[in-house]
Amino acid sequence: MPNIYTIIQNSFKKVGGETVKKPKKFLRGVAMVLSLAMTLGLVAGCGTKTATPQPAATDKPYAGTQLRVVFANHPWADAIKAQLPEFEQKTGIKVNLENFFEDQLTTKLTVELTSGTTTIDAMMFRPLQEGKLFAKNGWLNDLTTQSQKDKAWDISDFNKGAIGTVTMDNKLYGVPIVTEREILYYRKDILTQNNIAVPKTLDELLAAAKKVNDPSKKLYGFVARGKLSPAVTQLSSFLYSMGGDFAKDGKATVNTPEAIKAYQTYGDLQRLYGPPGTLNMAWPEAFAVFQQGQAAFLTDADSLYTNLTDPKKSTVSDKVGFAPFPAGSAGSKPYNITSWALALNAKSKNQDATWEFIKWATSKEQVLKMQQAGNPGARESVWNNPEGLKNFPAEYAATVKESMKTSVDHDRPLVINIGPARDAVGGPIQAAIQGKDVKAAADTANAAFQAILDKEK
Amino acid sequence: MFSRWLERNIKYVFPLPAVLFVLLMMVFPIAYTFRLSFYEWSMSSLVPPAWVGVENYKTLLFSDPRFMASLWRTFSFTISAVAVETVLGVGIALLFNQDFKGKNALKTLFLLPMIATPVAIGLVWMLIYEPNIGFANKVLQFLHIPPLLWLASPHQVLASLVVVDVWQWTPMIALVVLAGLSSLPTEPYEAAMVDGASRWQVLTKITLPLLQPTILVAVLLRSIDALKTFDIIYAMTAGGPDFNSETINIYSFVQGFSYFHLGMTSSLLMIFFVIVLGMSMLLVTARKRWGA
Repeated sequence: MPNIYTIIQNSFKKVGGETVKKPKKFLRGVAMVLSLAMTLGLVAGCGTKTATPQPAATDKPYAGTQLRVVFANHPWADAIKAQLPEFEQKTGIKVNLENFFEDQLTTKLTVELTSGTTTIDAMMFRPLQEGKLFAKNGWLNDLTTQSQKDKAWDISDFNKGAIGTVTMDNKLYGVPIVTEREILYYRKDILTQNNIAVPKTLDELLAAAKKVNDPSKKLYGFVARGKLSPAVTQLSSFLYSMGGDFAKDGKATVNTPEAIKAYQTYGDLQRLYGPPGTLNMAWPEAFAVFQQGQAAFLTDADSLYTNLTDPKKSTVSDKVGFAPFPAGSAGSKPYNITSWALALNAKSKNQDATWEFIKWATSKEQVLKMQQAGNPGARESVWNNPEGLKNFPAEYAATVKESMKTSVDHDRPLVINIGPARDAVGGPIQAAIQGKDVKAAADTANAAFQAILDKEK
Repeated sequence: MFSRWLERNIKYVFPLPAVLFVLLMMVFPIAYTFRLSFYEWSMSSLVPPAWVGVENYKTLLFSDPRFMASLWRTFSFTISAVAVETVLGVGIALLFNQDFKGKNALKTLFLLPMIATPVAIGLVWMLIYEPNIGFANKVLQFLHIPPLLWLASPHQVLASLVVVDVWQWTPMIALVVLAGLSSLPTEPYEAAMVDGASRWQVLTKITLPLLQPTILVAVLLRSIDALKTFDIIYAMTAGGPDFNSETINIYSFVQGFSYFHLGMTSSLLMIFFVIVLGMSMLLVTARKRWGA
């Protein structure tokens, strides 16, 4: 069995006619160096780089620090990005921003934080989605003490409910940046043409959607999310307004008569009066149908409204109406939650500089600017300030303020293992949209959800 | 001293990078996955993995409807996609084996789907399949066929994905078969011509039997690849609607990175690994028996 070495040697014999001493040695040397280099390369690939901290100046103590900040694709992130130069100039900190679509963001953060990354400094996260898991895993820094120190920044100015969502076991794990509630979007022109009043109850919504639904003209009565997991949060307001909830005292309650009625209503609206394909729709797809002028009603989060009123994105930007979530048998009970918060990676090497960044991004001035850019925030002083409302459409501001009164502080099951829980309680939505037996689907969902609840006790 | 040591051990030094690569990148992950498949772990750095024995395997095999359904779906996707690809691929290879004008240009064009990025393809096909404004329904409308829901329908979604896979991977089968065709001996054809065989007889009695080993290799290679399909399905449906396009790969991704059941995912992947290993061994035996 000839080995590589003899093969190389032989090839030289063939080329040169006889074995030449120098090339043989030279070749062997090259081959050895190469093989050692590759070995080293493999081993070295497993190491990590470390950044060298810059010397501190007095007025700009963090000048020269580089922060790696991981954000979602969200209007808030776009708006704060535009403000970054101001922060960088003021502090000398360089902010490197990365954006991901929300599901990819969760995966990205989870994978990096699991590997104990020190390079992520600040991140956007969804307290109700991954907050419990992240905090339990020790990935988020406890901000309780430092948040109390800066009186000018003022933690007490934040809405109590909003702080509640980012607090776990009396520890603050993030600072709220975007809050949201479910509202009813409607097309003013279509309601006027058909002489319909803005629906105040879910029954009126069903009737109105039925009346305007005309698939032959590519106009559908209603559109909303129907995709398994994304639909769960928008179903929640239907559930609360019908008098139900996902769970009560550790017992799953998604097969109660109230819950089944909620599933049925949400499914019927889409099955009877919705466009084809809602089963595959998350918010971008559902909003696209409305943007194209193909739907009369849409129920979704109020924080996404600029997608419909921006003339660059929407063909119906001047015809969008806003109304509080229609009442069910238990009244109008939309969720009112902190959808996005900023957190500090517990393993970040730039703890203080990152905290400066978070404080800046959630300062009164920035929250006012963010809110003026259309991102409902969590600071009460901003909500009470006419300046903070001035860029919202008047009807929108009134709707949001009204929705804040009747609030439920969660929009999804309150569990650590949120992924399977959402997939479980979302099942009956898809059954209802397909016109399948909702009761049977709800029973299955309830059993599966109960198993998840039991596991976390 | 060192050079003499090298001289004696050169046969170990040269393969070292390859051996290290295999150990680090293949053997270790598989061994680690195997170990993890007996634990339950949510990627927490505070809570260590908990030993659960064969519990994960038991749950998957006996009480998880999604696992069995996704396993079945993986095979029906693979079998239907590869079957269509083989028939089309062989046909196209026979066509390209003829001489006609512009053959080379056409051949190049035909190979393009294979080199495109799967996720990009997925996004484009999503637009084509869009039930309200998509191109697919416009074509159906032109042919006076009622529009379909494609990806949004629980019953059509898998078939729609098969179409995309066929579009992308038929060229590969054609390419392999074309290579086989060009290496066929000419004597049997000359003999057939002398005997006055019809073209159909030449095809079924000479070309196809001679091509059989090549086709077999193409089919098996393609099957193993199709079993692993992840990118286009994840980009287009992520397993939906209502889990109706959830193959074993999608399901393991969901279990791992959206449910954080790392132990469960590991056992799932071990089961899949054994299946793919079985397929690969089948390939090796088949090539030994029928191959050149």
